[in-house]
Amino acid sequence: MATVVIPTPLRKFTNQTAKLQISANTVGEVIDSLTRDFPDLKKHLLDEQGKVRSFVNIFAGDEDIRDLQQEKTVVDEATIVSIVPAIAGGIQFKSSHHGN
Amino acid sequence: MISFKSIPRSQLLEHAQRIFPDECCGFLFGTEESDGTREVEKILQVDNSKSGDKRRRFEISPQNYLHAEKYAIEHDLLLLGIYHSHPGHPAIPSEHDRVAAQPYFSYIIVSVMLGKINHIRSWRLGEDSRFEEEKLTPIHFHQSIE
Repeated sequence: MATVVIPTPLRKFTNQTAKLQISANTVGEVIDSLTRDFPDLKKHLLDEQGKVRSFVNIFAGDEDIRDLQQEKTVVDEATIVSIVPAIAGGIQFKSSHHGN
Repeated sequence: MISFKSIPRSQLLEHAQRIFPDECCGFLFGTEESDGTREVEKILQVDNSKSGDKRRRFEISPQNYLHAEKYAIEHDLLLLGIYHSHPGHPAIPSEHDRVAAQPYFSYIIVSVMLGKINHIRSWRLGEDSRFEEEKLTPIHFHQSIE
């Protein structure tokens, strides 16, 4: 069991629920359960390979799961799993049609 | 539609000018009516945590993002979106802005030319993952920045 905190921009996909209790042993199971219960969340959390999108950070407590055991990071009833959208951007380079 | 109360509006414009020629960034907090009309009541200025060229890129750390969500709850406001500046460029979202954009959020972009506020526009991500302009109540730049 873990508590999942849904960020404001994704709450429209969870019926405006900000916090959810999910029965799971790992972060991967939390994500599986979440995307099963709220299918519209899936494209915002996972890429086409089913991996967490590069613009999404998942925190277990205060730590990014990329610094832990990724989706295999173990959770318990005291764990707060936070979905943190990466906030970034910037101006376009003039040569951007070549990709950057 | 989105509008600003005068203090956060002034703070945002002052931030964009002060940080020029780098990109500034921060959060927008406020209210939303049932018809979708938004009003920004507070802003939270944050450091551009992008390592490298801050004149062309901005990034907000996950810790600052988590703080913003907490701030919204503590102040009984909605986290309405993000603002950032485009130094020397128009207030139009780039591909870099689009790929990282979130649904629901208003993205305010301030164009700063030669250190002066040039234009300010608001954008939201549509269902097709493209930006659509959100009507912004006109902001008069000749008004003094408080």
